[in-house]
Amino acid sequence: MSETATPGGDGASQRRPVEDTHPAVSAGLSAYVCEAVSCLSRSSHEVLTKLGTQIAERGPSRVEVKRVGCLRLCAEGPLVHVPQSGQMFSRVRPDELAPILEALTAGPQHAASTTQREFFERQVPIATENSGRIDPESLDDYLDAGGYAALGRAIRTMTPGEVRDEITTSGLRGRGGAGYPTGLKWNTVAKATGTPRYVICNADEGDPGAFMDRNILESDPHRVLEGMAIAAYAVGASAGYVYCRGEYPLVVARVRKAIRDATRRDYLGATIMDTKFSFEVDVRLGAGAYVCGEETALIASIEGGRGSPVPRPPYPAVSGLYDRPTLINNVETFANVPPIIRNGGDWFASIGTAGSRGTKVFALAGRVVNTGLVEVPMGTTLRAIVFDIGGGIVDGREFKAIQTGGPAGGCIPAEFLDMPVEYESLTKIGSMMGSGGMIVMDDTSCMVDLARFFMDFMREESCGKCVPCRVGTTQLHVLLTRITSGLASTADLVTLERLAGMVQRTSLCGLGQGAPNPVFSTLRYFRSEYLAHIEERRCPAGVCEMAPEAVSA
Amino acid sequence: MTVHTLRIDGHDVAGADGQTILSVAAENGISIPTMCHLDGLSDTGGCRMCVVQIAGSPKLTPACTTPVAEAMEVTTASDELVEYRRTIVEMMYLERNHICSICVANNHCELQDRAEQLSVQHFELPVINPNVGIDATHPLFAIDHNRCIMCTRCVRVCGEIEGAHTWGVMGAGLDARVVTDMGTPWGASSTCTSCGKCVQVCPTGALFEKGRSIAEGSKARRPYLPYLRAVGQDGPS
Repeated sequence: MSETATPGGDGASQRRPVEDTHPAVSAGLSAYVCEAVSCLSRSSHEVLTKLGTQIAERGPSRVEVKRVGCLRLCAEGPLVHVPQSGQMFSRVRPDELAPILEALTAGPQHAASTTQREFFERQVPIATENSGRIDPESLDDYLDAGGYAALGRAIRTMTPGEVRDEITTSGLRGRGGAGYPTGLKWNTVAKATGTPRYVICNADEGDPGAFMDRNILESDPHRVLEGMAIAAYAVGASAGYVYCRGEYPLVVARVRKAIRDATRRDYLGATIMDTKFSFEVDVRLGAGAYVCGEETALIASIEGGRGSPVPRPPYPAVSGLYDRPTLINNVETFANVPPIIRNGGDWFASIGTAGSRGTKVFALAGRVVNTGLVEVPMGTTLRAIVFDIGGGIVDGREFKAIQTGGPAGGCIPAEFLDMPVEYESLTKIGSMMGSGGMIVMDDTSCMVDLARFFMDFMREESCGKCVPCRVGTTQLHVLLTRITSGLASTADLVTLERLAGMVQRTSLCGLGQGAPNPVFSTLRYFRSEYLAHIEERRCPAGVCEMAPEAVSA
Repeated sequence: MTVHTLRIDGHDVAGADGQTILSVAAENGISIPTMCHLDGLSDTGGCRMCVVQIAGSPKLTPACTTPVAEAMEVTTASDELVEYRRTIVEMMYLERNHICSICVANNHCELQDRAEQLSVQHFELPVINPNVGIDATHPLFAIDHNRCIMCTRCVRVCGEIEGAHTWGVMGAGLDARVVTDMGTPWGASSTCTSCGKCVQVCPTGALFEKGRSIAEGSKARRPYLPYLRAVGQDGPS
């Protein structure tokens, strides 16, 4: 059985110490080639293979060519990083490797461009600390980076209660979107009665424009497994699942390999690290339903049922998978657990703001120069994220709004650019933290069209169980389409608002309750655009095409 | 058994541990409109007709699935809630095709009853009305999906009472349909026992007996199966 998950790769290509068996990093230089899916799709695997071959043939000697996880600046991929010199080679083509070879021959020197430096220097990687540093398919690399030390410390020197206290002290809140205090959730599961208990990692990332969880799992799968194992110890669970969306084949392959490797070396499975603690992990695949990111639907899907939500209470913490107490956390939440146990809850709590501790990973996408993965302390302003790290708007156009929180979130106009990004502050202005997708829009985006796009997404993804979501999202979409095609009346706008409120209040799960949010937030900040479509039958951004009958009328 | 005291619409009432708001309200003569709920079947909280407001909770909760708790204060019929219920009835009407005058269930229809009860007089929302077809392959019964409101009572009665599990739900969102044997025609179903329970529990004219004309104005609704009612009175088992 092949142990590697990368298409076309083999075990030997994981590490390529060229001259001798000394650890190449200490002796010479290394070239880290990004093999997360974004760079892979731009033939970074070919870059890695050719670079290895050319160095083997022509030197320089003592250079290690290594596959690593996401190097963050996805817009500029494929990326090759030379950590000793800090050089980041972007848009590398497999047939143009000479500059990299020259740099490796010349030795350490700084050459990163200013935009790139801004992009990297403002970031504080905690959940993504190993991303782009270690080979995601190598357990040894993870162990060299201090991996599984936190798990060892937790199960050997701490009681489950102490672990939970440490998480509570850290102030970590759920990174999946709602921001529920993680320590409180762990305590609830620990106090619930019934065995066996389960730990589930929600990797069903489905927001348009969001790829945080994918990159974390592609770059550092062991970290998430370690976080799950610590959680399992803390709440008394003995089995767990990584529920991953089926559209992430590379994640699935790397997580499966990580589980296999870790189980073989006693970091997972029975009697972990020669203690009495056992924790079995398996992967379950979603079949493309967005709603399966909702925890009760996710549980139904793991049980083999139809992925539709059920009313809470009972909460999964009390009665979840197979009616047993179940802890469900997001990928990024688990990724934050090992460093908290390693460095202490107080350390984590010292980062970020009073209500929102630690860092948050964002997937920066849309009309921004540096699209990619960004991890910044909570409380960083949107302006810093979009303009300093993101490098501003493409083609020097004007910033219009940023959509956070995915299709259940909201848009934030320019007036709030200096607002710190925290759970509460985002909710207050009608958006939400969400899982971390950030879509930047400039003056070429129509906000009504945006609301219509997200409503189309929700309409498509509604499971159809409850009436307000099944019927209401379609009706909202019909009304929004009427507006964008210039066929709506002022009465339609009144109906739209009334219906949006009703769907939000009466829907069964978060999908339906959140579906009207883009409508509310675009109405709140860009009502004039709605009115232009309705009263003047024109689209201010020039995006929407008016129906012929609307123009002639 | 633990007993909780609570207030529903200002009345002090008592409910057993695990009893739902809906059943405690019914015992005390407080009627909360329902649609997908049927005594004797499990509750799914899907139609959202019975949503109530619990003091101190920012969200609305379905009365059929929420267990009572000590000192809970429940409002079942505020203006807001009544308006939402009207909109839900409106949505059920507009989703597919409900024209009462040509329906076998006319005057025997729970959707119609609910519209009358809530004084729904006109529709404002967009009509959707996709063509969703009819399955008349079964020798005794037929299903007109155009009249189905996806309450899933047929699915539950078939699984929970008859034990045949013939009915299920397929598709998502607006494309969701109740289907027999995972999507095979009803007449070709190998699990259907032709017991007719699904027809009996269907609140609208979606499931009906063949051979009844519209002129008869009846889908031959017999009283609910007696044991179904008996199960309901004992509470969910």
